[in-house]
Amino acid sequence: MISEQFPALIVVTPLILSFFIPVVGWWRRSLCLPIVLVALSVCMVSAIGMLDTVLKHGKISYWLGMWEPPWGIEYVVDYLNAYVLVIVSFFGIAAAIYSKRNVEKEIPEHKIPQFYTLLLLNITGCLGIVVTGDAFNLYVLLEIASFSAYGLVAIGSEGALVASFRYIVMGTIGACFYLLGVGYLYIVTGSLNMENLRILLPPLYDTRAVQTAFVFILIGLGIKIALFPLHTWQPNAYTYAPSAVSVLISTAMAKTCVYALIRIIFSVFTVDFITRYVPILDIICWVSVVAMIAGSIFAIQESNLKRMLAYSSIANVGYIMLGVGLATFTPLGLTPALMHILNHAVMKGCLFMAACAFIYKAGLWDIRDFTGLGRRMPYTCFAFILAALAMIGMPPSVGFITKWYLILAAIDAKQYVFVAAIFFSTLLMIVYFWRVIEIMYLKPVEGSKGNEIKIDEEPVSMLIPGLALAVLCFLIGIAWVSGVFSPITEGVNSRFGLGIVP
Amino acid sequence: MLEYLISKYNYWMYVVIILIGFYGMMAKSNLMKKLIGMGIFQWAIIFYFMSISAKKGATLQIISGHHGAYAVARAVDYVNPLPSVLMLTAIVVAVATTGITLSVLILIFRRYGTFEEDEIIKLMNEKGK
Repeated sequence: MISEQFPALIVVTPLILSFFIPVVGWWRRSLCLPIVLVALSVCMVSAIGMLDTVLKHGKISYWLGMWEPPWGIEYVVDYLNAYVLVIVSFFGIAAAIYSKRNVEKEIPEHKIPQFYTLLLLNITGCLGIVVTGDAFNLYVLLEIASFSAYGLVAIGSEGALVASFRYIVMGTIGACFYLLGVGYLYIVTGSLNMENLRILLPPLYDTRAVQTAFVFILIGLGIKIALFPLHTWQPNAYTYAPSAVSVLISTAMAKTCVYALIRIIFSVFTVDFITRYVPILDIICWVSVVAMIAGSIFAIQESNLKRMLAYSSIANVGYIMLGVGLATFTPLGLTPALMHILNHAVMKGCLFMAACAFIYKAGLWDIRDFTGLGRRMPYTCFAFILAALAMIGMPPSVGFITKWYLILAAIDAKQYVFVAAIFFSTLLMIVYFWRVIEIMYLKPVEGSKGNEIKIDEEPVSMLIPGLALAVLCFLIGIAWVSGVFSPITEGVNSRFGLGIVP
Repeated sequence: MLEYLISKYNYWMYVVIILIGFYGMMAKSNLMKKLIGMGIFQWAIIFYFMSISAKKGATLQIISGHHGAYAVARAVDYVNPLPSVLMLTAIVVAVATTGITLSVLILIFRRYGTFEEDEIIKLMNEKGK
């Protein structure tokens, strides 16, 4: 059956097709995007197929080349992977459809095939990170995803080159720290398989090598997800990257790295380790709270819309990591963090699509120039407002659900400071999003141009993904409430031994 | 004390090299020097992995004919092959990083005509206004 081969297909299909793109693009450029879409559709079908199998039969274990796991590379798909795989492939497709028109404008025509090659390689790397069950394999795929992201960022506008260089330096430090941590684990256990490591590590938890390895991996992946003090590469990279790339790396790529961190913390190491030997969760909570507030304050100071959204991403990574940090203190377990992985991707994808549409159609990136935009691009602005309201936390949007569950988790943990921090950062979010909405709709247009504004909407291929995500902001919120996704979150929590308060 | 230093000689060396690389990446303002620091940083990790597979009196991981089928059982005679294999991949990654960084640096030099970070930032700010 082909469905047994899904774990391999989801990585191999986009990998092979990405190398066809330059060849085919040399012959006919218009075929590049269809190839990307075909590859991503295969990924999407595989991801949904695997999610279905996991929900029905439990964990999938795929032996590459039929080599038995501790020696060979194993691909493992459980509740957490399957969920993230669907998210990554969905946002891959959304970004690819969105890229169609603005690539023609932003990128020199002869470079379009290379652009799509890198785009597909980036998604390949992300999917590989999610599907693999081998710690070293994760490093290699992390580098595949990062390299293509470096290249994609460097294609962008003025300033992109320096942003890309900083991203390379920081990203390499992150990946090297991860590799060092894996090396330490390999020295003490002699194994690289995650499942095997989980079994071999417990007797060695009090050795300093294992504890150092954990810290190295945590900091390495912390750089990749742009957790607050390690975020310095992120705002410039998101700001100067081409539009489709901003959408892609702020959704698929960022969420993949968060997934890798959760996988390492809870699956390679266990709850026992992080509660008894290296009590890191308190530190993660406090760092996340600082990220939530500092990211929002930076966002308020920004007048460049894309950079404002980038800082807002830093704040939202704080939300996700706060969910991770509170996981062992509450019966909700990882639920808030898992929710915000999807929720933030939907909201930030929509916001970046709208922000890049303003640049594409009107050439506007400075918030202060947005006067009259609400009448000029009504649908795009509508999508932007829906996503902004979701971000602020209007019920029943996704942002509200995350905040609600995070507050419940914080109350369970008896950490009322965190409740206050969530409210405070929400207030700051209202400040910076309201400022944009106010200028877009309410501020009068100067001079006599006010009456001459005509509707000048972005192309349909850019509008549809944006509007779809804006609607999803609310539909997914309702889905969370109605418990459609609860088998997934319960599955993840029970597999990691979370959800029971000690 | 001296015993302790000498017995962990390879680890001390890797710590020294990795810190040299880290210093180059963080403290130097010339982008090319940052790249060199990055290379040293990555190679330190490769050296570290290679040194953990080393064993006194052991030989290469090639099983020659006359050992026969029992050769595999005498693992003591061979150095651990896995770190070498892993580092083969890591070397490819390091080379790819250097390649990408160099191509970005070429583009930076074409646009700004310098590798000094503060001068580039000054030029970027002038163009922004």
